[in-house]
Amino acid sequence: MSVARSWRHQVQRYNLIGTSCNSCGKYFYPPRTMCPGCRRDGEIVSYKFKGTGEIVTYTVIHTAAEGFEHQTPYVLGIVKLDEGPSLTSQIIVDPTDVYMGMRVRPVFRKLGDSGEKGIICYGTKFVPE
Amino acid sequence: MRDVAIIGVKTTRFGEMWGRSFRDIIVEAGVGALEDSGVSGDDIGSMFVGNMSGGQFVEQEHIGALIADYSGLSEGFHVPSTRVEAACASGGLALRQGISAVASGQDDIVVAAGVEKMTDVSSGSASTALAAAADREWEGMMGATFPALYAMIARMHMHRYGTTSEQLAQVAVKNHHNGAMNPIAQYRTPITVETVLNSIMVADPLHIFDCSPITDGAAAVILAPADIAHEYTDTPIYIRGSGQASDTLALHDRRDITTLDATVFAARRAFDMAGMTVDDIDLVEVHDCFTIAEICAIEDIGFAAKGEGGKLTEEGETAIGGKIPVNTSGGLKSCGHPVGATGIKQVVEITHQLRGEAGKRQVDGAEVGMAHNVGGSGATAVVHILSRER
Repeated sequence: MSVARSWRHQVQRYNLIGTSCNSCGKYFYPPRTMCPGCRRDGEIVSYKFKGTGEIVTYTVIHTAAEGFEHQTPYVLGIVKLDEGPSLTSQIIVDPTDVYMGMRVRPVFRKLGDSGEKGIICYGTKFVPE
Repeated sequence: MRDVAIIGVKTTRFGEMWGRSFRDIIVEAGVGALEDSGVSGDDIGSMFVGNMSGGQFVEQEHIGALIADYSGLSEGFHVPSTRVEAACASGGLALRQGISAVASGQDDIVVAAGVEKMTDVSSGSASTALAAAADREWEGMMGATFPALYAMIARMHMHRYGTTSEQLAQVAVKNHHNGAMNPIAQYRTPITVETVLNSIMVADPLHIFDCSPITDGAAAVILAPADIAHEYTDTPIYIRGSGQASDTLALHDRRDITTLDATVFAARRAFDMAGMTVDDIDLVEVHDCFTIAEICAIEDIGFAAKGEGGKLTEEGETAIGGKIPVNTSGGLKSCGHPVGATGIKQVVEITHQLRGEAGKRQVDGAEVGMAHNVGGSGATAVVHILSRER
């Protein structure tokens, strides 16, 4: 991932900052700059999520994506934040302990890197609450 | 709008074709379809080619021009040629663009094709290329793979509806059974439920035998206005319905993890256009990139109630001879999945079936068939309904 592409969302990834729409009250993470419900009538503002939520569904990945090979087996899940929106994240938990509906909280972690000479990307992952 | 017919079809052999290039296979498909229809280069008004990622798989963009050139349709003819991309739904969308070109009266004879050459890169690089069909910034960057996204759909489906790993495996077993009778299929070996359940886990609960393979292949169909189709062939196959729909790019934003709303809406639009219902469909090719995807597809199109797809499969109703034969070609699982070509290959299979030339795979008395093609984890779906009768 290029420096600019990683840097652009740094604050949002590090702090779980998304957006919300003042017109309808919906929350967005990953952040959206247009409200799908209100569209041009929406008023999007920045919003820092509490970060707590629960696991909607998950998988244990044994054949990894490129760059994640050393992490297998790892748990990937869809987390529904308490404010409403869902996101995809790694869950740092023993694969035998994870379950649907498990309460989770955010932690700051390394997401990946672009090789030995590339940049390291950090962001938010989740652990059992 | 004019009615549209298919007057020629061709699918290349699907598989790992080390000795053949991207341009070799698409030219074989295009020329084969032209020969099947009896159309000459002079007649062709335009071409639409589905291709997901020439850029990542063979480091080649500008696919439309390349194919026109190597098909001998550039010099002298200067046929307009357009590449269409919607990840694994690229082929289905190329067909839809071709249908629009003929229906609108813009062109008479149109080539709709699809191609992917996936084995010129390592399997790791191929997986990375495929992962671009999901949300790179908010799924891929977190370590998501395509099997992982469908595994999360599968886990939810199992939790909510009681779908079992055995039922998922039965999708693969049925598709390998069909693929074994298809001369162009990548895998022509029957398997058992145990083969699937004992294979390595890729993303729990999906085993490697729940996943479609990496494949080279190409397919093409020739379209013509229905009014003149009989000038080219005794057995034109008519396009009765065409529907396309979009959904959120990322799985986590979906209304319901176990429903592909894009499939629901694309199918509904195709049924509305055709004036038909599920009861009119004699066979269907669905997008079984993973076994769970076939179960979701037959539910979302309406062949089974939500949550009943696994049971319908277990009861043998989706096999040839069952209530609704699904994936007589072997599907993506056994026939192979050259991503940009798949949507066209499905329509070629339906055409063979409706012409009554599908050999051992033939569905008796097939009059109306459907093809269902999905991009990504369900952000694009395209559905076509074809029939023998206009």
